[in-house]
Amino acid sequence: MTFGESVAVEAPPRTTSERITRVITKAPIHIALAIVGLIWLLPTIGLLITSFRPASEILSTGWWEIFAGRLNFTLDNYQQVLGSQGMLNSFINSVIITVPATVLPVFFCALAAYGFAWVDFPFRDSLFLIVVGLLLVPIQMVLIPLVQLFSSMGVYGQFTGLWIAHTAFALPFGIFLLRNFFITLPRDLIEAAKIDGASTWNIFRTVVMPLSVPALASFAIFQFLWVWNDLLMALVFAPRPNGLPMTTQVQNLLGTFATEWHLLAAASFLIMVVPLIVFFSLQRYFVQGLLAGSVK
Amino acid sequence: MSTATAARESAPDVAKSRGPKFLQGWNMAALIFIGPAVLLLAVFMIYPAIRTVVLSFDNGLDNYVQLLTADPRFLSLRWPPGGSIFNNILWLLFYTGGCIVIGLIVAVMATRVRYERIIKAIVFLPMAIAATALGVIWRFVYSPDPDTGLINAILGVVGVDPISWLGNATFVNTALIIAGIWGSAGFAVVILSAALKGISSEILEAARVDGATEGQIFRRIIVPMLSLPISVIAVTLTINVVKLFDLVYIMTKGGPGNASNVIAVQMYQQFSARNFDYSATVAVVMLIILIPVMIFNIRRFRSERVVA
Repeated sequence: MTFGESVAVEAPPRTTSERITRVITKAPIHIALAIVGLIWLLPTIGLLITSFRPASEILSTGWWEIFAGRLNFTLDNYQQVLGSQGMLNSFINSVIITVPATVLPVFFCALAAYGFAWVDFPFRDSLFLIVVGLLLVPIQMVLIPLVQLFSSMGVYGQFTGLWIAHTAFALPFGIFLLRNFFITLPRDLIEAAKIDGASTWNIFRTVVMPLSVPALASFAIFQFLWVWNDLLMALVFAPRPNGLPMTTQVQNLLGTFATEWHLLAAASFLIMVVPLIVFFSLQRYFVQGLLAGSVK
Repeated sequence: MSTATAARESAPDVAKSRGPKFLQGWNMAALIFIGPAVLLLAVFMIYPAIRTVVLSFDNGLDNYVQLLTADPRFLSLRWPPGGSIFNNILWLLFYTGGCIVIGLIVAVMATRVRYERIIKAIVFLPMAIAATALGVIWRFVYSPDPDTGLINAILGVVGVDPISWLGNATFVNTALIIAGIWGSAGFAVVILSAALKGISSEILEAARVDGATEGQIFRRIIVPMLSLPISVIAVTLTINVVKLFDLVYIMTKGGPGNASNVIAVQMYQQFSARNFDYSATVAVVMLIILIPVMIFNIRRFRSERVVA
């Protein structure tokens, strides 16, 4: 699903007067939507502009003075957060945390989802119902025992612990999403491959996987953004003090510099830049993934 | 031919005859495909969840009695009522309601203009943003300094003194919920807009021919036909509310005092304070609230399985 093509319900206007009439009758809608657009854009734009303004000026003039055309801009804020405030290090940590915490769940979920969709074994449906039930278990339900478990495994406060926690928590949703996709693949296709003597593993690898790229992409993007944007797991499991991802780093900045907007604004945009690139380049998969993920 | 058939038919029997009884019928394929996931879920999700339940009963029922009856941070029935569970109910009513109402209005209006895609993308955009960044964006909008905070700047133009939106117990929940709606309304817009396209234009034309006003068409035709997608959105946003953590933690940490606390933040505060059994109790309460939704999901899946 994308944001949908505009369905032309009405015939195109034929004459100039018709066109003018239509614009006038629709004026309230245009005005209302313009206000909606402003409300949804201005908060983000305001912070974006602020991230490029000299610290000394942010507290004396509002970012909206840009409409009067009298603001100065600088890259100092980004230089400062990336360098002395450690956001470059945190950016790298976010990548280190997110890439395995996306690849591993996609792999394990694809395996299990195929098993639930196309391999026969006893209690298959009951086990799948348990997976569906686990979808909603909040992270809070496992925090304390996981800290103990990871401590005894020697991975508490290490990237490994965070990868494991994110992978385990991604499983119910990923299995659910991919299994529901795999089940729609034509049975004949899989039977035909079986008759040709392909092993279950080969059917999975050479028939099912190539056909499932859109579903895998939706899940991968959803999971990537979930981990990238995560705060709670990182607060508990991320390596301190040098392994913190950007979300926890911004949380720290808020504690120390609650009104240093030049730092907070630049740091926030560093978190946002990757999701925004994903949003604009892979919009279709992105919306699909997020809508499907609403069960989580 | 007969040999091949016989071999194929006997293969499952061979598999069944091996191993303990509960493993009968399990073959290598099943173990390879679902084994890793089942193991990970059992060790890192189900076992810890059970441990959390056990931990919450460490002092018998004391933790539950304390939480539900004697913890004003969780529920205070003195006037005005408050506490984290009360705030979650505020969120449930106004955030869920606000997202649906705004989603409906924007979706209906957007179908009637040529820039539908653009307006929907703009409203959906915050869904991509980390709640952490969203929290900073809105702390900035609500800044008490009229030279930085957009809202106080606008109020300043009409002569209203600056208000500390996040520092004042009267306004803080409203301010947070508005930020929450801003972050999630796009979800409702996209779902409702897709549903709107499913309503045939013939029905709408027929109603117009019969002299129905646009308002009547909206209330009598469009809203009833959207009841299923609206319930899907309501369920989803309800789950969001129960799990709500990042936005509140970033914007107020539940303050001032306890004025804007919610259960997920309270759980984390207890966890940070190393009150593990008490925080486990809060977590179990979160789970219990979600159980009806869980059952709803399982039922829905069971009814769909007939089709699959």
